This record gives sequence, structure tokens and C-alpha cells, in this order.
Amino acid sequence: MKKKLLSLVLAGAMTAAVVTGCGNSASGSQTSDGADSQTEESAADSQTSDGASSGDTFKIGGIGPLTGSAAVYGVAAMNGSQIAVDEINAAGGINGMTVELNFQDDELDAEKSVNAYNVLKDWGAQVIDGSVTSACSIAVSDKTHEDQMFQLTPSGSAVDCVQYDNAFRICFSDPNQGIASAQYISENKLASKIAVIYDSSDVYSSGIYEKFAQEAASQSLEIVYAGAFTADSNKDFSVQLQKAKDAGAELVFLPIYYTEASLILTQAADMGLDVQFFGCDGLDGILDVENFDVSLAEGVMLLTPFAADATDALTVKFVEAYQEKYGETPNQFAADGYDTIYTIKAAAEKAGITAGMSTEEICAALTAAMPEITVDGLTGEGITWDASGEPSKAPKAVVIKDGAYAAM
Amino acid sequence: MKTKAGKLSKTAKNDMITYGMVIAAYIIVQILVSTGHVSSLVQGLLVPFCTYSIVAVALNLTVGILGELSLGHAGFMCVGAFTSAVFSLACKETLPSVPRFAAALLIGAASAALVGFLVGVPVLRLKGDYLAIVTLAFGEIIKNIINAIYLGVDAEGLHFSMKDALSLGMSEDGLMLIKGAQGVTGAPHDSNFTVGVVLLLITLFIVQHFIRSRTGRAVMAIRDNRIAAESVGINITKYKLIAFTISASLAGVAGVLYAHNLSTLNALPKNFGYNMSILILVFVVLGGIGNMRGSVIAAVLLTLLPEVLRSLNDYRMLIYAVVLIVMMIFNWSPNMIFLRKRVRQRLAAGREAGEEV
Repeated sequence: MKKKLLSLVLAGAMTAAVVTGCGNSASGSQTSDGADSQTEESAADSQTSDGASSGDTFKIGGIGPLTGSAAVYGVAAMNGSQIAVDEINAAGGINGMTVELNFQDDELDAEKSVNAYNVLKDWGAQVIDGSVTSACSIAVSDKTHEDQMFQLTPSGSAVDCVQYDNAFRICFSDPNQGIASAQYISENKLASKIAVIYDSSDVYSSGIYEKFAQEAASQSLEIVYAGAFTADSNKDFSVQLQKAKDAGAELVFLPIYYTEASLILTQAADMGLDVQFFGCDGLDGILDVENFDVSLAEGVMLLTPFAADATDALTVKFVEAYQEKYGETPNQFAADGYDTIYTIKAAAEKAGITAGMSTEEICAALTAAMPEITVDGLTGEGITWDASGEPSKAPKAVVIKDGAYAAM
Repeated sequence: MKTKAGKLSKTAKNDMITYGMVIAAYIIVQILVSTGHVSSLVQGLLVPFCTYSIVAVALNLTVGILGELSLGHAGFMCVGAFTSAVFSLACKETLPSVPRFAAALLIGAASAALVGFLVGVPVLRLKGDYLAIVTLAFGEIIKNIINAIYLGVDAEGLHFSMKDALSLGMSEDGLMLIKGAQGVTGAPHDSNFTVGVVLLLITLFIVQHFIRSRTGRAVMAIRDNRIAAESVGINITKYKLIAFTISASLAGVAGVLYAHNLSTLNALPKNFGYNMSILILVFVVLGGIGNMRGSVIAAVLLTLLPEVLRSLNDYRMLIYAVVLIVMMIFNWSPNMIFLRKRVRQRLAAGREAGEEV
């Protein structure tokens, strides 16, 4: 009996592994194709670079989730970074050095993220582009601080990601997004009675909600209802929506990722809840959700640093290159990854990094150079950093109009 | 040689081999590290090796010796990890590292033991596979509870909330201990390889002596034949509970080691969820049920494997699964067992023939 149950459980676990594996590859079939072509490309790149310049390489190690539930973000950041690396190499590299990018999977696990960092250290990485997610980034920053290696995270948004002086970030921090959202709603008089639906089991979501609630109080916005859900209960939102409706909310703030948001919008439409929806950068990507009626997202506003259909030359060029190479529209994480590489380039040029420098010297030089540079990137114009590691850039609000993001 | 071996019983010799293996591995690794022959990757994995070995041995006590199936050992690890990390973070400034970590170990082990006891009391009275079902649920529940807890400390004392950080009403200089889903950040790094190996040796010592003890023999009697054990007056629930509580507290020790190795601690499905419990069970099954040495070896190999396979990129999980299946067939398939036996016999026959010549 016991053995039977044991074998049943093991068989179940394996089936589950197969099913989740399939699920991931189904949802991100294009991304895995992209990853494959990326590996081929980078292999080709390293060959050509070996042929062109003898050994003068600048090694950037990337860390992010390439498999599992958060693979979309990691793969996007990896692809975005790779495009930047290719562009830089085609234009002659950084200070004459060819850039090499090695992106390692961390499976959204802090322990695995540290393993990935150690792999990159063995490979000879000189700076770290990562990790893509907050908790992993915090774990890695502890090790980079120990080893004095410069770290720039594209999208690690938790406050503690940049607690050490060698760590910087490209994205807004969670509190900044919460504060900016509350200020934006209040300044533009979008609503005064607000309901919030957030994921209490998610770092990103609860981090934004906390600061939003604080700032809302000082902006004289009234939060009439705050409904939490967790990763285990993220399919049915009718209770939260009904309570938001009963509380008389004029605007529903969704500091969550787009998968849940698409369900919320669908269920809100089913129950006839007609209010303004407002989100943060996590909503970016909602128009690409499969089987989602895009017309439901009409009028949804979101604060995001990047919109794929912006018309500035840099974005157009990036989106074209990304679509050509990976066959899909880049999201904000791809843009963050792209800006990360160009920021490293700007800082390295400012600091005069040369091939012979040790990792510690590079770290010290880059850390000193970061507050002095200004980067015009995809995720903001004239981005500057202070020594604490926080970027300073203006948040952009976009509204979904006719099935596309439009600037406001 | 024969006289020396004769002094030790066969089981004692077997135990010594296990300790010897761990100590030898420790010495070899230390020599290699000091001469710079170990990659950063393996150096980073040394503590996880110890963590997973300890929890595998702990689970083997439940599965192999007690004969019950637990699918919640990641949950006990989680309890040990969070209680000890909270303690260490709160006492980061006031206590020096050695007594702090020792106290953290005791707290982690005690809290996991307490939770294991509470889970075991109602369940271990029953016949059948109820423990597996209840521990499975427990593991998921504990993860969700921890994700909902907000705990902070300031001059006025502890603040606790299940809602959000705002409702704690902390003063400005307060220290957040658990920030809900954001977990515990900034617990001191007190784990290292030496501590890990010492804890692993202590774990092995406890488990192996438990097996040889009067209590352990009673537990194994229950496993082998419950009715016979009952008929000779063994208190079934009591002995089951003893074994299960020890197993849970050792899993808590592994959690303490885990929590003090990384600067961030979150209760994610990945590290403390159902999949982790299954992975620990895989260590036990592939290492051999009831075989403590096998658990240690399997835990080390299967922790190392996905990292070594990193160069295969997207294919590594596939290969990992194939290796698991191959190992399972090699260890457990009746045909393979028969084949192994025949090879061994032939080798023995060959040796005898050689000696005769």
C-alpha cells in the first residue's frame, strides 16, 4: 500500500513536471525559439569576436529566470540585452573591447541565482546584468558586494536590491511606482474613491500597494476597498470586484501583473462593473494575452517606462530589431535589459575601463562614474543615478486606445 | 584486519563508513579549496549540499525507519528557516555571531519539532497513509501563512499583522522582521561549510543512534508489523510521534542552515513548496529507503547535477529527468537488482578463482 502510494506520488510529480513544462513552453513558445536563436547568435558572435580582436573582451554576466513561471521576464531581458550587445559590437565595442554576454538561468530561486552568479564568476564575468527579479537580485547583490563586482539590475525593483554601493538599477523601485501612481491619479483628478486589488503573495505587488496606500492618504484620495489575492487564488476575482463595486469605487488600481489583470478585466465586464482601471508597469503585455478580448482593456491606464509603439527613433529601431530577431513585440523587461547594457557602456566609457583592469578596479571605477552619467534610453530620457543606486526618470502614463498603447 | 573488524559490529562499522565518508569529503574539499582547485560554483554549493543532505536524512527517518510517508518536509524546513531568521535578524546587533547562531539553531529545531508534534498528534493515531495527505496540506498551508505575516519590532515591542505593513503602526526606527511576501531580508550569514558538515555529522549521529536504540527498535517493529508490535505492548502512537518529531526538528535544522546562507528568505513554491518536498523524497528514494549514507550521496549528486548541466541550456531539465529515471531503474528495477547480484557473484567467483590460482 505504502509503496503503491509512493509510486503514485512520484508518477504524479513527474506528470506535473511534464505538464508545467509544456504549459511554459506553450505560453512562451516564441520566447523559447528566441532563446534558441539567441544561443546560436551568441555562439556565432563569440566566434567572430574571437577572430576580430584577440582577447580584448568585456564580459557581462546576466542572471534571470529563463525557465519556470517568470521565464517571460528573464527571456525578454536577455533578448533585449543581447540586441544591445550586438549593436555595440557592430559599432566597435566599449573602449575598443568586444562585449560578450553570458546569460544564466536562476529559475526565480534565490539559491539558484547565487549558483548562476558563481557560474558567471568562473566564466570570468566583469560586471553583472541582473538579476531580473527582486529577491534573486537581493541575494546576488550580497555576493557581488562581497566580491566587489559591479551590479546593475534591469528590473529588480525592491528597495533592498540596491542597498550596497556597488548595486544600481534601471527600473523604478516599487515604492516609487506606488507614490507616482497616487500622485498621478490625484493630480489628474481621475478619481477620489479608489479600490485596490493586489497580490499579497507577490513582492512587487504588495510593495507598490503599501506605498500607494501611504501616499494616497496624503493626497486625500480615499481607498474604499483593498482586496488581496495570492498566487494560489488568482483565477476568480468576482468577490473582490463585487466588494469594490459595493464600496462605490470610481477607479480600481491594479498593481499586479498582466495575466491576473486580464482575468480581472474580463470578469469585471461580465458583472457590468464600469470603472476606470489603472495599473503599473506589470500591466505591460496585457494586449498580447492569448484569448483575451482586447476591447475590454480599452481605456485602461498604466504607468510604464516603455511603450512598444512609441514613435521616437530609438524605440522604433529597437522594436524592429527585436521583432526581426525574436519574432515578437518587446515588453518593458526587454527595454530594461537593453538600457542596462547601454548604461554599462556609458559608465565604462566615462570611467575609462580597459581590458587589463581587475574586477575590483572596474567596480570602483564604474561605481564612481554612475552618478556622473546621463543615459537616453528606451525607458526614459536623460536618466541619471545618485550614489544610492536609484535612477531618476519621469514615469510615462499610457492609455490603451483602439487596441494599442497611446501616450497620454 | 579481521580482528579489528571483529571488535565492531557490522552495523557500527556501517555507521563509521558513513561518518568517514562525510569527514573525508570535508577534508578533501577543504584541501582543494585552499589550493584553489574548486570553482566558485561548487564553493557556493557546499552549504546547499549540507542543507539538502540533512533534510534528506531527516526524511529518511520518517520514510525508511518509521515507514510513514511525509510530503511536508519542506514545510518543516520553512518553519525552521523563518523562526531562526527572525531571531537572528532581531538579535543581529546585540549578540555575537557564535551564540546567536547556536540559539538560532535551537530555536529553529524546537519550533519545527513543535509543529511536527502538533501535526503528528492527530494523524499518527491513524492507520494508513493519512500522514502523507496531512503533511502535504501542512506544507502548503505554512507557506501561505508565512506569506501573509507582517512582523516588526521597535522600541515599544513586537508588532504583528496579517493584513499589511501599514497596519503594524511601527515607529520610524522600527525594524521589519517579516514583510509578508517579501519575506525576511538581511539575516546574517552565519552558515558556512564547516558548520554545515558539523550539523550533518550531528544529524547522522542522532539518526543512526536512534535507529540502534531501544526506541528505534520499537519504531522499526511498528513499521514491520503493527499488530505484532502492539501485541507485545509497544505504545504505537508514542513511538511514531517520537520518530516523527525528531525527523521534523532535523528538517528545521536544515532550514536554519538554508536561511543563514542567503541574505533573502522568501517562502516560494520553488524553495518550500510541494515540489521541494517531492525533491527531498526523491533524494531518499534514489539513495535507498532506510539507507542514510545513500540519502547523503543522492542529495549531493542531485543538487550538483542541474548546475553541472547548465551548459546544455534549455535541455538540462530534460536530461535531469532522464538521469532520475535511469537512477531509479538502476537502483530499484528487479531486473537490475538481479543483474547487479550476478555481476557481484561473478566478481566474487573470479576473486576466489584468482586466490586458488
